[in-house]
Amino acid sequence: MPLAELVSICGPDRVVVDHAALRTYESDGLLQYAVVPAAAVLPDTADEVAAVVAACHRAGVPWVARGSGTGLSGGALPVEGGVVLSLSRLRSIVDIDLDNQRVVVEPGVTNAQISVAVGPSHFYPPDPSSQIVCSIGGNVAENSGGVHCFKYGFTTNWVVGCDVVLPDGSRATLGGEHGELDRPGYDLLGAFVGSEGTLGVATRITLRITPAPEAVRTVVAYFDTPEQAGQVVSDVVSAGVVPGAMEIMDQLAIEATEAATHAGNPLDVGALLIVELDGSESECAARFDEVVRFCEANGAVGVRIAQSAEERLLIWKARKAAFAAMGRISPNYYVQDGVIPRTRLPQVLRRIEDLGAEYGLRVANVFHAGDGNLHPLVLYDGSVPGEAERAEKLAGLIVEVCVEEGGSLTGEHGIGVDKKRYMPKMFSEADLATFQRLRCAFDPDGRVNPGKVMPTPRLCGEVPGPYRQHPLEAAGVIERL
Amino acid sequence: MKNETPSSYEDAAELLRAAAADGRPVRFRGGGTKLGWGRAVPEPDLELCTGGLNRVLEHNAGDFTAVLQAGVPLALAQERFAAAGQMLALDPPTSPWGGAGDDATLEAADAGATIGGIVATNDSGPLRHKYGGVRDLVVGVTVVLSDGTVARAGGKVIKNVAGYDLGKLFAGAFGTLGLIAEVTVRLHPKPARSGTVVARADDVAPLAAGAAALAHAPLEADCLDLWWNAGAGAVLARFGSGDPGPRLSEAAALLGKIDGLSVDVDGDDEACWEAQRSAQRGDVVVKVSALPATLPAAAAATQSLGGTLVARAGLGLAWIRLPAAGDGAETAAGIESLRATLAPAPCVVLDAPADVRAALDPWGDRTGPVDLMRKVKARFDPAGVCAPGLFVGGI
Repeated sequence: MPLAELVSICGPDRVVVDHAALRTYESDGLLQYAVVPAAAVLPDTADEVAAVVAACHRAGVPWVARGSGTGLSGGALPVEGGVVLSLSRLRSIVDIDLDNQRVVVEPGVTNAQISVAVGPSHFYPPDPSSQIVCSIGGNVAENSGGVHCFKYGFTTNWVVGCDVVLPDGSRATLGGEHGELDRPGYDLLGAFVGSEGTLGVATRITLRITPAPEAVRTVVAYFDTPEQAGQVVSDVVSAGVVPGAMEIMDQLAIEATEAATHAGNPLDVGALLIVELDGSESECAARFDEVVRFCEANGAVGVRIAQSAEERLLIWKARKAAFAAMGRISPNYYVQDGVIPRTRLPQVLRRIEDLGAEYGLRVANVFHAGDGNLHPLVLYDGSVPGEAERAEKLAGLIVEVCVEEGGSLTGEHGIGVDKKRYMPKMFSEADLATFQRLRCAFDPDGRVNPGKVMPTPRLCGEVPGPYRQHPLEAAGVIERL
Repeated sequence: MKNETPSSYEDAAELLRAAAADGRPVRFRGGGTKLGWGRAVPEPDLELCTGGLNRVLEHNAGDFTAVLQAGVPLALAQERFAAAGQMLALDPPTSPWGGAGDDATLEAADAGATIGGIVATNDSGPLRHKYGGVRDLVVGVTVVLSDGTVARAGGKVIKNVAGYDLGKLFAGAFGTLGLIAEVTVRLHPKPARSGTVVARADDVAPLAAGAAALAHAPLEADCLDLWWNAGAGAVLARFGSGDPGPRLSEAAALLGKIDGLSVDVDGDDEACWEAQRSAQRGDVVVKVSALPATLPAAAAATQSLGGTLVARAGLGLAWIRLPAAGDGAETAAGIESLRATLAPAPCVVLDAPADVRAALDPWGDRTGPVDLMRKVKARFDPAGVCAPGLFVGGI
């Protein structure tokens, strides 16, 4: 551990080695895992970040970058004996260029601060539920989503450039240097965003921003079953309407969020659907009636149209509190993050229900309906022996169902440590080995966020040489044409 | 040069592996509409054509996704999607320029650019304004590497963060990392109707002001373009919807407030957008990665060289078509002066005759980190046989 060097870079106050103080960094938002690192460093500048990374590289010490620590897959879980590199002190908004609709920020800036900084004329669309605290650097690492990404896209669609420190401590600008698109060369930025902190660390990020919508219209409709709500979503999308957000919650999720927020949603319905249109006044007005008609045609038992900004916020308060609200109806819960093709919703919900019955556990469902991102919340009581393990097993089976139905292991929370063992359910050995090629190009020594994403530890080795004859070929068994 | 047209990924893998074994350079070919792009390189030993990988494997209309083999011509895929009221929101020019794609032995050339070629070259058209480019629409990819590996990344759903996003890495890599064999794309509803507001002027300043006004208004245009040619030009904004009328009127009113613009609404607008697309190809075409606010400077520089410019006004991307001078060195000098004027904006030469291409580096020197790119190339194509020399830094 190059402690003396770290202290010489950042000063003694910004190098944490006290065990009790280090426990702050032992977990991120996924509390099921905890590892106390050997040290945490809190650099103030990109130069310090580069110096710290270079020192770790020379000393052969693994390190993990950390933003606000809100990640839900253990992406910022420390490595035993390693360094945690906290980016929280790099929190300047460097430049706001409304003319070109770009903003340049440091990684520790929170997601919500960006929209505030460029508002009210503009906003930054990706909006994870933790946006008040989560950092943009973490968003870049995880390719974060949010409720608005069906219409507006994900973090990766909004990042145009990143200054990064590479695993050997050298620095590079990936993507545009001045906010420009299509800088010549490989799209290393595209590979970097969402790489879960395994390819390096961003020290400065250039984002696109977009005009704030002129109008926002929000409706919440209630149904007997989530399938009916799902059919409305399909009808809306097929009609060419692109809402800013479409969210479904099932009965159990409604029950929990009512207890937490008193948003005024009825408890005797099977599901609710929130549809929010945003954009130009005229387009919203024209499309809104269409959406309400689709709700009614699919058997809505009630439709509530937000009449004021306050009522809209109340509707969203219930939705955004959904994870935390589970505490009202269950001592513990496990958040899952599968993605399914939207049309498979009825089958998938049925299979989740069957699995829940089989495991004797309740599952609440919250669904980013537009893009098929399902968040089943497996409820359990950790004080009952074996129940936590059963919940984790059930959550794993649920995400396998998502993959079997043509979906994905994760829509926005990332693989991290939490899902890496399921990677072989979605990807073949050849696929995983190909991922590893990218990682080795950036980090041949495997020191940056090791133990994440890949299901088993892998070494890089030297760059493979040119073709060597296959033993069967040498033996004359096979022949190359 | 040998030509092979594999009909399976395994066959493609075997052909590539064999070429790598002998160190024989390979290039990949779809519709053959952009074969001249990139650095001038010697003819490779093998041309691997995707004409045998030409099936639309899935069109999941309800989920707005499709799985396409690389050799599917974009135009054919679009016909199929349109039958369901959908589209792939990628609209680059799909015809070859000059004789580049004129090869009677290749049926695919008749149908124009393929999805594989468009992804490999990161080509795009006016719809990029609203929908993003190749990197934003490809959600999954199957690639074949030179050691015979067939690997997938991404998935078949529009939201997915499992594994590395190799689709973006291969998009725009010009085949230098391996063959893109299959892509999964996100589709969008095709607007039932569309109309375009056109504002003309003989001064670039009001055009830029008009484009900026539209880019900053919450009107959500599908396309926002600009063109400039010999002292006259226009800004164009397209709106698609069930009833684009109200937004067309609002956009026209916004533009009407700017002095020097003459504003029309064009309800039958296909021709003007086809003109924008086709202006991205020519004898000599330079793609400029500028910013919206620097487009007037790009227009002025274009005019001083006697060229024409089309641009995505909200994004800052421009295509400058220059007249082919008799002398390649003279044209190359013009391009270098354009680069100097527009620095630090990268200026990449797309179409150009061989003598121009030989006289300069088509990629220019405003590239991303080449050392890191070499490391990526070495991991994916260690034998170095995939389109060697074509790319940035001679990769």
